[in-house]
Amino acid sequence: MPDLLIELFSEEIPARMQARAREDLKKLVTDGLVGAGLTYASAGAFSTPRRLTLTVEGLTAESPTTREERKGPRTDAPEAALEGFLRSTGLTRDQLEARDDKKGQVWFATLTKPGRPAAEIVAEVLTATIRDFPWPKSMRWGAGSLRWVRPLHSIICILTDEAGANTVPLEIEGITAGNTTRGHRFMAPDEITVSSFEDYAAKLRRARVMLDSSEREAAIRQEAANLAFARGWEIVPDDGLLTEVAGLVEWPVPLMGAIEDRFLTLPPEVLQTSMKEHQKFFSARNPKTGRIEGFVTVANIETPDHGETILKGNQRVLAARLSDAAFFWDNDLRIAKTGMEDWAEGLKSVTFQSQLGSQADRIARIAALAREIAPLVGADADQAEQAAKVAKLDLRSAMVGEFPELQGTMGRYYAQAADYPAAVADAARDHYSPLGPSDDVPSAPVSVAVALADKLDTLTGFWAIGEKPTGSKDPFALRRAALGVIRLVLTNKARVNLTEIIGKGYPGADAADLLAFFHDRLKVYLRDQGTRHDIIDSVLSMPGNDDLVLLVNRATALSDVLKTEDGPNLLQGLKRASNILTQAESKDGVEYSFGADPKFAETDQERGLFAALDTAEPAIRAAVKAEDFPAAMSAMASLRAPIDAFFEAVQINTDHQIVRRNRLNLLSRIREAGRLIADFGRIEG
Amino acid sequence: MTSPQDNQTAKPVCFQDVILRLQSYWAAQGCAVLQPYDMEVGAGTFHPATTLRSLGARPWAAAYVQPSRRPTDGRYGENPNRLQHYYQYQVIIKPSPANLQDLYLGSLKAIGLDPMIHDVRFVEDDWESPTLGAWGLGWEVWCDGMEVSQFTYFQQVGGHDCRPVSGELTYGLERLAMYVLGVEHVMDMPFNDPASAIPMTYGDIFRQAEREYSRWNFEQADTEMLLTHFKNAEAECARILDAADTDSAGRAIPMAHPAYDQAIKASHLFNLLDARGVISVTERQAYIGRVRALAKRCADLFVTTSAATGEPLPAFPAGA
Repeated sequence: MPDLLIELFSEEIPARMQARAREDLKKLVTDGLVGAGLTYASAGAFSTPRRLTLTVEGLTAESPTTREERKGPRTDAPEAALEGFLRSTGLTRDQLEARDDKKGQVWFATLTKPGRPAAEIVAEVLTATIRDFPWPKSMRWGAGSLRWVRPLHSIICILTDEAGANTVPLEIEGITAGNTTRGHRFMAPDEITVSSFEDYAAKLRRARVMLDSSEREAAIRQEAANLAFARGWEIVPDDGLLTEVAGLVEWPVPLMGAIEDRFLTLPPEVLQTSMKEHQKFFSARNPKTGRIEGFVTVANIETPDHGETILKGNQRVLAARLSDAAFFWDNDLRIAKTGMEDWAEGLKSVTFQSQLGSQADRIARIAALAREIAPLVGADADQAEQAAKVAKLDLRSAMVGEFPELQGTMGRYYAQAADYPAAVADAARDHYSPLGPSDDVPSAPVSVAVALADKLDTLTGFWAIGEKPTGSKDPFALRRAALGVIRLVLTNKARVNLTEIIGKGYPGADAADLLAFFHDRLKVYLRDQGTRHDIIDSVLSMPGNDDLVLLVNRATALSDVLKTEDGPNLLQGLKRASNILTQAESKDGVEYSFGADPKFAETDQERGLFAALDTAEPAIRAAVKAEDFPAAMSAMASLRAPIDAFFEAVQINTDHQIVRRNRLNLLSRIREAGRLIADFGRIEG
Repeated sequence: MTSPQDNQTAKPVCFQDVILRLQSYWAAQGCAVLQPYDMEVGAGTFHPATTLRSLGARPWAAAYVQPSRRPTDGRYGENPNRLQHYYQYQVIIKPSPANLQDLYLGSLKAIGLDPMIHDVRFVEDDWESPTLGAWGLGWEVWCDGMEVSQFTYFQQVGGHDCRPVSGELTYGLERLAMYVLGVEHVMDMPFNDPASAIPMTYGDIFRQAEREYSRWNFEQADTEMLLTHFKNAEAECARILDAADTDSAGRAIPMAHPAYDQAIKASHLFNLLDARGVISVTERQAYIGRVRALAKRCADLFVTTSAATGEPLPAFPAGA
């Protein structure tokens, strides 16, 4: 069984596209081979900046022969019908067979498709793969019309078996597949001839190309750690950067340098961001000082001077970058120390959104809202308002202009420089959180107040101007904002009446609609946390459903009781009571809701249920009022045995109308007790 | 006397040395070494030798220095590497040759950057010029972590697909030369050979002008006048394009180049207005759109002409 080796050798493939391209190459080629009747044992894809490689092992040498029988016209059909059949099958009349069918004699054709050699199939599949490759962005070059991510230079396509390697005949836009490639662009540029995947990988390694990106990542991680260790430093882990850097080199050579002393006073986030964004450097921290003091750059070449020239050049570029950063920092600090008035003024001319006014308008709204929210989350109203006014001023700073991802982080430094209280400065940093579903949620009251106000202003604003998310479109990240509100409220157990707060947000937002949006996001959130969707549905319509803490407490207690032994039976009893009532009510055209009287009870089980309800009802009522849902649930659960016994012994429908009505009214007491807790009808099971 | 061969192996000694080496290198690769375009532009790409000549099927290979003006980048000559007037070196070859990356690396060697001791990398950077309605894919080229060039395969210019595709190389000359020469501040960079009878630094030549232009760009430029000039350039461009293809003597002479000059002019006036801070964020897009509309119409006309198609210029009718 032959093995297949494919290499597509091109000019430098963007690092961010390589992982996906490996997967696509593997899938498209193996799917194509299988679709054409071949099978294989295993496949693996690799990438470097200049090549995409696929190895397929244990490929069948040819596809199986297939036979297909096709039914044609009747033998007495007009000549034209037969001619058409012969044309469509590509056969002659003497190759057909006349057979008896239900309606008479019919022509049958047997089409035999002989198996095809793997090489032929590979050539077809690879040609189609190259032509239709799903690059996020592709281009043409020279005078050709082929599209690839960057100019494609050569193709290896060989099938190797015991007898040796054979090049698959294949030509695409003037590139003929062969069995040669090239090594490292500078260190081993000569042509290499390969005979199998093992041979290819080994020769590439000698030609200073590490084929496997995970091996390059590991090598970088290891060597960077070693270099840092030698200086008593540690590398700040950054997996995203590691993957990117591994996609920029074929032969990683990490080099370590120190940051000049004059830059060590810059905030560590600035050093890290500048080095990462501009230079793709890893940061090295000195655990003794806690500061970022060094960097690791990853070169793509071994040089006679052991990287000295390269490191010197990189140091120089870094110094220029950090000089810029230091210049921004010093200027920003100067403005911060005067109270950031310039920035507040400047934000008046920065549009937030054309219908929602300037950033300054928005800040004023958030400040007013933060004041309202403050007492609900235990924050000082004055401080929350002040924090909201300060929190976004860094958007005008030079540093955030250069590194937008430092918004908030710089805000905190500048607020500190302006001598604002720590709670205000922290709110500047933390009020954007949480951004993602796994982000930390702020817990400091002032930060929570501003974070909520910020997100609720955004939500009510976009709701008011009719820019709700639709389908997959959510350009203003409103789902994320709503989830942020939910997590802030739940994590901090903030008792916030959302409808009321929405009313205090941007005027004109449809509060009911926005609340429904919150409920949708809450459902998604709780489902991800493992709460059953039907349990969430059963509590969403209960009173106080705009208090998310209450809502979740209710759902949790309900979920817990349903997990106990009593739970499912209780649920059955409640549902049975409710079903019987619904049927009787629709038949009789009345609602049974009042007047059950123990004096019409005929059995002990009826009397027992009366007694149990007399105890449970006030207990449930009191517990719900006290928002003690576990207690309400356990009072509810105490009804399980009496309800079971009741249904076991008592026939509801009797000829005695008074007794029947009394029993139905008794059932309605069960229904009412249930309704205090949840809409049990929505719960499955 | 040193021979030219020695010159190529020794490191460059001054700014003009870097330029001269690039000129002779690309001349040796068969490029027509052109002179700068005689108008204010923001980048070498605006030179008609690139913008217009990248359109159409006619093969083309040119290299040139282009003085470029970016009014917002003025720093009164104080910043070590930011200037409102600087030089780009531009190479444009159509169709892009298969060995363009190797040719480019050869040019680095020619100016003393040996890829065997430096770390030269091609890092994804897609190029787009909203004002020219142009985009392409390629890289910024890093040398030891510094961006030294932009390398682009043009895909579209003036809204037209580039067929064939041109390869474009743009070197930021000051930054590149500073690195090669090991200079920290642009103004300290030797412009001519420091061993000359009258050695001159970049600062000797440009520092005063940088100050003067920075003041004018940021504070003095008459915005009313600039706005009027913008409108005039826009109107003239449209008028030229709207004019009949034939002149008073009945000769077919469509005027793509003169129209394009007005588009360049409008683009630079927009940059000046931008530096004066009189264009708001929302207006910005509108201005860019107006310049792009001009560039597109110029491209529409240019692609029909001899310079793009490679057909001979039509002969004038007898007697005209």
